[in-house]
Amino acid sequence: MSNAADKKQTGAVQTTGHAWDGDLQEYNNPLPRWWVWAFYGTVVFAVVYWFLYPAWPVGTSFTKGFDTVTYEVKQDGKEVKKTVPWNTRARLMYEDEYGAEAEKQRAYLKKIEGSSYAQILSNPDMMAFVRSYAKTLFGDNCAVCHQAGGTGVVGHYPNLADDSWLWGGTVREIQHTITAGHHGFMPSFRPTFSDAQAHDVAEYVLSLSGTKGGDEKAIMRGEKIFHGQEGGCYYCHGEKATGLISQGSANLTDHVWTIANVPAAKTYDEKVAAVEHVILHGVSRVMPTWQGRLSSTQIKLLTVYVHELGGGQ
Amino acid sequence: MSESTESLFEGRIPIYPRSVKGRFRYIKWGVLALAYGVYFLLPWIRWARPTGPDQAVLFDLNTRLFYIFGLVVHPQDIFWLAGFLLLAALLLFFVTGILGRVFCGYFCFQTLWTDVFIMVERLVQGERPARIRLAKQPWNFEKIFKLGATHVLWLLVAMLTGLTFTLYWADAPQLTLQFFTGKAPFPAYATTAFLTATTYVMAGLAREQVCTYMCPYARFQSVMFDRDTLIVSYDQGRGEGQAGRHKVNKQLKTHDQRQAAGVGDCIDCGYCVQVCPTGIDIRNGLQVSCIHCALCVDACDNIMDNMGWPRGLIRYTSENELEGKKTRFLKGKTFGYGAAIAIVLGLLLWSMTHSTKYDAVSRQIRQPLYVVMSDGSIQNSYELKINNKTQSPLTLTVGLDGLKGAVLDVGNFKNFTIPPEQYLRVLVRVRFPGNTATPEDHDFSFVLTPQNGKIPPIKVPARFYTP
Repeated sequence: MSNAADKKQTGAVQTTGHAWDGDLQEYNNPLPRWWVWAFYGTVVFAVVYWFLYPAWPVGTSFTKGFDTVTYEVKQDGKEVKKTVPWNTRARLMYEDEYGAEAEKQRAYLKKIEGSSYAQILSNPDMMAFVRSYAKTLFGDNCAVCHQAGGTGVVGHYPNLADDSWLWGGTVREIQHTITAGHHGFMPSFRPTFSDAQAHDVAEYVLSLSGTKGGDEKAIMRGEKIFHGQEGGCYYCHGEKATGLISQGSANLTDHVWTIANVPAAKTYDEKVAAVEHVILHGVSRVMPTWQGRLSSTQIKLLTVYVHELGGGQ
Repeated sequence: MSESTESLFEGRIPIYPRSVKGRFRYIKWGVLALAYGVYFLLPWIRWARPTGPDQAVLFDLNTRLFYIFGLVVHPQDIFWLAGFLLLAALLLFFVTGILGRVFCGYFCFQTLWTDVFIMVERLVQGERPARIRLAKQPWNFEKIFKLGATHVLWLLVAMLTGLTFTLYWADAPQLTLQFFTGKAPFPAYATTAFLTATTYVMAGLAREQVCTYMCPYARFQSVMFDRDTLIVSYDQGRGEGQAGRHKVNKQLKTHDQRQAAGVGDCIDCGYCVQVCPTGIDIRNGLQVSCIHCALCVDACDNIMDNMGWPRGLIRYTSENELEGKKTRFLKGKTFGYGAAIAIVLGLLLWSMTHSTKYDAVSRQIRQPLYVVMSDGSIQNSYELKINNKTQSPLTLTVGLDGLKGAVLDVGNFKNFTIPPEQYLRVLVRVRFPGNTATPEDHDFSFVLTPQNGKIPPIKVPARFYTP
């Protein structure tokens, strides 16, 4: 270090050698040599980097660099190999495809593909995979309506975490529901019923699940309408009002309310009003078909996932 | 020192330590043989396990398990490492308080590796005078060959050191084969290269500068010293006498002649300076560069033996002893550090022998937090993560404790089998009859009962939420 030697000799800090106004001088304290070399190192590094990776903008394009990433991508329904200049997104796609975790996932998916529902449901290891993998599938495809975790929205989308299955809760039935979709329909009884009749039927429906506070006579009248020609409710909801899976009609004797938000109503009158509203306006709900949009393995995974949400049947 | 004019850094003066024979040198060779033996052979020792690798010591980053003979360290046991480091630090303080810098002199890897590098240097270039001659002579074939051979051998030792380190993190025979066939993973090459470079630089080029400039321990070890701590010291009174040290000549040959002339026992042969690996003169008193390796003690003892005078002109002693008092080993510091070591060691051993064979946590499913079922009962769902830390499969059943009347639903499962050293996430649902439900939330526990009857059940706390 030359300036260190200078310091030793002169006993003072080196100056730049100029003098202004006779005695005004400027100290010269050069940066440490290791610092300067480290700086030169970064310059060399940058030059190497320009050649290796995309770096310089050229018009509307950029210098591509020598390093490339190759990964598979779906194009027009076909798997095509794509090679692009190195970038973090391509790198991520590559990892998704060929990373260690991707390999593990593929192995599991293959296992799921080759197993029956009974085999999957009785294997804790596969079930753990289904829960974590299908959770994302559910979030991407189903949660828009059914909400995260299958909570549903009362009046619009059924709760999948309870044990009330309008279209059936076995794996076969759930798979069919997801594959083909459903159209749930209850006609509006506004043209048929007078307000009094709608009120009576509502009281009867509430009494079916043991809701207290109803008027005995009104319930009797409602029962007659429900089971008679006037209402004909039993066509769909069944003699015992327990619903019909083939129709997707609700079981009115249980504690689960999917359309009329009875549990949220505070007074008995409000509960009646909620049920009445459903009777007078009817219900029309559509679950779309997922065939063609999801692969059979994905439907299988979602079936098991949904089955487990509500404890299945 | 007038700070403003002097540079704090001084260019290195090359050191060519002379070899020496003696008690402490043999101890050092012994420690070196043991340390090198353990370090280089340990990864090659096999160890049969019911599951897992058959390498005695393996730090497996892929499975996040550390295998140390019969002990398997799981990620959640990593505080053992903290305990072990604390123990090591306390042991260092304890030993330093009593015996001084024995760690520096005998056990520090910097000292050990430097020792080996100096040995290589001597084998190739010869003893101290030959090395100095070689350094001074102009560049010719002999110099290029000898210095080149030294550096090649150094790099070889350094590379072996680096490679051995990586062998602790993978299957040793397999990795070695992969390493030399170019098939090893990049981190293996990077680690080996890095450690080769550091070993070569530290033990070959930097040497004593590591001890004097870089090592933090050299800076703070003095706070552990007291007047009873053992130090390597030159007996100034005996060596210098009234008239100071003097070389042996015709008039000052026998002990009696020297005594009469008031000259001390030090014959100023300079042997103690020549053997010093850090290049200091111990006769200048206790100094920060002294690593207490005691090679100067061996050197001086050899001279004293030759002269027929008693040994110990340079010896392990304490400041109190030098002043004619007794050295006290049993002091407050000894007991304090001793007690701390006993406590930490006890806790560590207790923790290692009493660690649970498996553990579990419950995670509440919060979407939805609770569900009303068709019969009016309330359902909560939980995910249990069960961790099997044993080396054999663990089969256990799940039960409930503290939630009277509740029903447990674990799907199609009677029990769960978790492979050795694996974990399993299990969905369980708990249903509470609607007619008896109170509006308050309940704390309860899952009870996990292993089926082999040898391992006690554990409880996993959880909470039940109601509308």
